[in-house]
Amino acid sequence: MDVNFTKKQEEFRSEVREFLTSVIPIKLADKIEHNKPLSKEDMQNWHNILNKKGWLASSWPQKYDGTGWGVVEQFIFEDELAAANAPRIVPFGLRMLAPVLMKFGTKDQCDYWLPRILNGSDWWCQGYSEPGAGSDLASLKTSAIKDGDHYIVNGQKTWTTLAQHANMIFNLVRTSNEGKPQQGISFLMIDMSSPGIEVRPIKTIDGGHEINEVWFTNVRVPIENLVGEENKGWTYAKYLLSHERNNIATVGISKKKLQKLKDIAKIEKRNGRPLIKDPLFAARLAKLEVNLLNMETTNLRVLSEAEKGGEPGAESSMLKIIGSEICQELDHLQRRAAGRYGRIFRPEALEDGFNGEEIGPFFAHTASSTYFNNRKVSIYGGSNEIQKNIITKMIVRL
Amino acid sequence: MDFDHTEERRMLSDTIGKFITKNYPIEKRVIAANSDLGFSKENWLKFHELGVSHALFSEEFNGFGGHGFDIAVVFEALGKGLVVEPIFGSLIAGDILSHSEEHSDILQDIILGTKRVAFAHFEEQSGYEGNNIVTKASDGKISGVKSMVQFANGVDNLIVSATDCDELKLYLVNAKADGINISDYQTVDGGRAAEITLNNVIGKELRINAEEVLVSTLGKGILALSSEALGIMEHIKELTIKYLQTRSQFGLQLGKFQALQHRVAQVLLEIEQARSAIINASTSLQDTGDQREKSLSACKMTIGRVGQLVAEEAIQMHGGIGMTWEYELGHYAKRLIMIDHELGDEDYHIAKFSSYYMS
Repeated sequence: MDVNFTKKQEEFRSEVREFLTSVIPIKLADKIEHNKPLSKEDMQNWHNILNKKGWLASSWPQKYDGTGWGVVEQFIFEDELAAANAPRIVPFGLRMLAPVLMKFGTKDQCDYWLPRILNGSDWWCQGYSEPGAGSDLASLKTSAIKDGDHYIVNGQKTWTTLAQHANMIFNLVRTSNEGKPQQGISFLMIDMSSPGIEVRPIKTIDGGHEINEVWFTNVRVPIENLVGEENKGWTYAKYLLSHERNNIATVGISKKKLQKLKDIAKIEKRNGRPLIKDPLFAARLAKLEVNLLNMETTNLRVLSEAEKGGEPGAESSMLKIIGSEICQELDHLQRRAAGRYGRIFRPEALEDGFNGEEIGPFFAHTASSTYFNNRKVSIYGGSNEIQKNIITKMIVRL
Repeated sequence: MDFDHTEERRMLSDTIGKFITKNYPIEKRVIAANSDLGFSKENWLKFHELGVSHALFSEEFNGFGGHGFDIAVVFEALGKGLVVEPIFGSLIAGDILSHSEEHSDILQDIILGTKRVAFAHFEEQSGYEGNNIVTKASDGKISGVKSMVQFANGVDNLIVSATDCDELKLYLVNAKADGINISDYQTVDGGRAAEITLNNVIGKELRINAEEVLVSTLGKGILALSSEALGIMEHIKELTIKYLQTRSQFGLQLGKFQALQHRVAQVLLEIEQARSAIINASTSLQDTGDQREKSLSACKMTIGRVGQLVAEEAIQMHGGIGMTWEYELGHYAKRLIMIDHELGDEDYHIAKFSSYYMS
């Protein structure tokens, strides 16, 4: 038993750190440091920087111009991305669609679509949830009916993250009503500029715009945009979830957030002393930190198993639950640390070039908004209740 | 023992509730809360016509209430409708002025809703305690910076705290007096707050014991905020139960899933605990000394904990829809959570309550 990274892995970490800190634009890192919103250009620029180095596809095999890194290297890379205040890699094309294409797509599909993900030609979004199909995703109704060499797609997707930036969407669609609901689902790639597609913004409780409704009215999709076999889409969607285990807990981001929170708690005062010396706040912080330390080791144990070629079981679901709870507790404590200023709401103060008055500590401007926004992390990607169902189904086997 | 409110209080609660159901739809509330003023002037006056402000003051001041249970009933009813109009500000300012022999004219205007007075006490470094005020007064001229002053834009007067030769005093200030700068902004829960800079501003000293009055008034404030939170929780409870009854997944109503049944049951019992905390605090409000302070801290720490539980569980049980601006839950949840950021959060009141163990 040895919980330490190997010397080679530590060298890799140094190399990654050196590179990231040398290339990350100061303005971009400042936005991440201060929780400011990112523009589409910000995200694209960062992708381009990583792509130039050949590190954008950190989880892809070299065969497709990925890094070919092992899962532990990928974990270290994520750690360092967060530590450097780098933006998160937009996952839809790189981490959600790509593994499905590699596993179930044709060679032509891989040859055409994967390079476009890398060079930024396509921005993908994910069309899974529907108004009547959230946790019960398999009950989705958006239909795709074959008409010659096209599918005709009708229906509505919802909670579609960053659809406003996307030119492509990968959709779960219903191609059959026979058998169990899971058996009639197909996986279809759709051009967002097709006639009959409408994107409607959904404003979230923090006042932001990340998610959307996407409506399909008689949208014609070439049949070559089907991934894998017709009516097997559910298998592909499930494959995706179980292979998200590498980074689903977002350990690196939580470690960075914890460090920021401690820095804040050393400065903010309660009862005339630093917040970090307040026994109640310190107890909350300690419980959170220990949870995070434990999670990191849990995650590394899972990765170590994966390196040995173990088939993924319920680990993704476990890590998703723990990771989301830690993320939400970090945001809760940051909100609490803001004290009376936790109520401040000045989105204008987060914009580029704002030169208005400073009011209260800056982190307070985003503390509560972030707390409310991240209530989503225990809801999206299969709510934590669904994850618990998966765990008991796989382990208790009732 | 009798845990029913008096008939008068029940009638007042019904009246406010009916007005809200008929005239205070959430869509309009959200628009008003996000407007430049942060509330609706029209509704402000209508709530006063209903007598909400009269219920907060005793007959001595031409009111018809002023007891802890009056405050609890009014603010619970307002909370149910997520009322954003700053009636809380009138309670605080009016209660302070009610201790003074002078200024009964302004107090009457406050009760009628014809004047608004903001409470400019807390400062950036003062935290929840408010006990190290650095704003200074000398010869009736005040200089300093006040933070997070609720709904300060457009008020007629301010009540400002300042120390004069190390003694804390309260001053009545004309909001348009020379030397005042009000810089206002939105708050997360809708409505507005402001940073106020005072530079040699002329104020009229209130001839009261400022320290004592602040303890008394802020105690009423804690009860009012807690009661508002209870009203919000009651509404969230209704929304969540309705959602569990109507939304189906996997061919079943959500409410049929035991995992959710147990969670909603926990929410329901915690809300009852919160109601009991408010009854205890309302009863103790007329006392003085440790018992009153302990009871108020017990109430606010309960509200802090239960409020967070109710807000988070309700959003989680609703799923995505609970995250949207369009649906009312999020607005209720935001106000509920933000109440923990006013007059001391859960931790602050746990510490305060436990500080009495050794005394």
